[in-house]
Amino acid sequence: MMKNITMGQFYPVDSLVHRLDPRMKIILAAMLIVSVFLVRGLLGYGLVLAFVYLSARLSNVPFRMLLGGLKPLRFILILTFLLNLFFNNGQTVLLHWQFITLTAEGLSTAVHYSLRLTFLVLGTSLLTLTTSPVALADGIELLFGPLKRIHFPAHELAMMMTIALRFIPTLMEETDKIMKAQMARGADFESGNLIARAKAMIPLLVPLFVSAFRRAGDLAMAMEARCYHGGESRTRLRVLRMTRNDYLALGATALLTALIVLEGLMV
Amino acid sequence: MQAAMPIEVRHLTHTYSEGSAFQATAIRDVSLTLEDGEFVAVVGHTGSGKSTLVQHLNGLLTPTEGQILVDGMDMFAPGADKRLIRRKVGLVFQYPEYQLFEETVAKDVAFGPKNLGLSADEIDRRVRQAMAHVHLDYDQYAQRSPFELSGGQMRRVAIAGVLAMEPRFLILDEPTAGLDPMGRDHILGMIQELHRQGGVTVVMVSHSMDDVARLATRLIVMSKGQVVAAGTPREIFRQADMMASIGLGVPEAARLCAALRGRGLMLPEDLYTLEELREHLLRLWKERGKA
Repeated sequence: MMKNITMGQFYPVDSLVHRLDPRMKIILAAMLIVSVFLVRGLLGYGLVLAFVYLSARLSNVPFRMLLGGLKPLRFILILTFLLNLFFNNGQTVLLHWQFITLTAEGLSTAVHYSLRLTFLVLGTSLLTLTTSPVALADGIELLFGPLKRIHFPAHELAMMMTIALRFIPTLMEETDKIMKAQMARGADFESGNLIARAKAMIPLLVPLFVSAFRRAGDLAMAMEARCYHGGESRTRLRVLRMTRNDYLALGATALLTALIVLEGLMV
Repeated sequence: MQAAMPIEVRHLTHTYSEGSAFQATAIRDVSLTLEDGEFVAVVGHTGSGKSTLVQHLNGLLTPTEGQILVDGMDMFAPGADKRLIRRKVGLVFQYPEYQLFEETVAKDVAFGPKNLGLSADEIDRRVRQAMAHVHLDYDQYAQRSPFELSGGQMRRVAIAGVLAMEPRFLILDEPTAGLDPMGRDHILGMIQELHRQGGVTVVMVSHSMDDVARLATRLIVMSKGQVVAAGTPREIFRQADMMASIGLGVPEAARLCAALRGRGLMLPEDLYTLEELREHLLRLWKERGKA
């Protein structure tokens, strides 16, 4: 019941994309997102879709799974679409019925915004599906490394992120277990109105919080027992190195961005 | 006693996350019957599918293939009432103390009966009785917060929470994991009492062959998601080689007995509790004294 959350979940298979340098993948994901915002016409979105689809194929992640990441966002997507569709002060009226006015500008903005949101999620899902949390945090730490000079806590931030990501599956498992245990005692999480359902969450949330705090305490103790004291003078087990494939991927993404800019100029 | 109305498991297979990279078959084609009044122990190595199996017995997991009949009713048939099943089959998870959430012990134990929609009087009766079953004094503990109790006491509160549902089948997934020897003996004694005096059918998942030897009337041995052997403890512990081949031991008494036989002592093959072994050794000692 909690298993269909794709966002932020690592899909552990081996592939070309999985082996890319996490630093490069973060940069590429950022480039992809920026490109999406530069798109002017439908052709551009087609290009982005082709790019995302191709990347998914290269990464051995089922495209269906990638699309699954959109599921939790479906209400936001629909809401974005509808709000932009009907509350836009465009001039070209397509349809007028009582108080509802549909304009061409509204339609265009609605399509743009929902497609942008969709590709935003797809792009970032692709990153997190193909990059293990540890590699991701490594990448972020190294990318933000130069900011340490202005006392930006890059290491601490990366460590916090690693820990948070590391505990998502654990907490999900825990949630699943507590839910089952309470269901064995006749708890009902699925029926009733909003208030009844919110109340039904108490037997789930209280044990979950208790265990999260307990785990945090244990973890802090274990880290201190091993003399952890932040990022100062720590060396790494795996030294990241860019390879030819990383530059090829960079080239491909840059090409996409260029094509999109070009398409925007022509429209 | 009610007429024998067993739980019947037929060709049960469960595959987690079917159709993705996380796919894993936890149990494969498991068939077994649990009769009323039995004390069945399920033993097996970590990852042998014990926990997956027991979570099917009260409908928390739905099988990929196969059926489970409770009192002759197919539990997973469309329209079957899972809550009715959960009333009959109580399941105590591993580390059940992590599911406590109420402000007081009494309220937490009352959670199950409350969900059954019982009257306040009946709930109170059941809470008192369940707490008595787990040897927690009502006057002393009922109004305390479950979070300020010791680990062993918390576990007893959690077990009371399941007992308050008054199930006919009680399933416990490693009820003594992580407890000190005293807490372990206490919990096991309690379960034995429930079985002998309360007439509850017990299914216990366990790692400890010694506990199992002492308590169970029947053993189910699992390995790699399948039942590899089933029978009385005597029948199972005789097959020390088979048990060793799937990474399980036999009780200490059985091991000691085998070692003594190796040194030439005339002992039967199927001794598996310390009491039995002591008796035999004393008899041998006396006979030798006569000769």
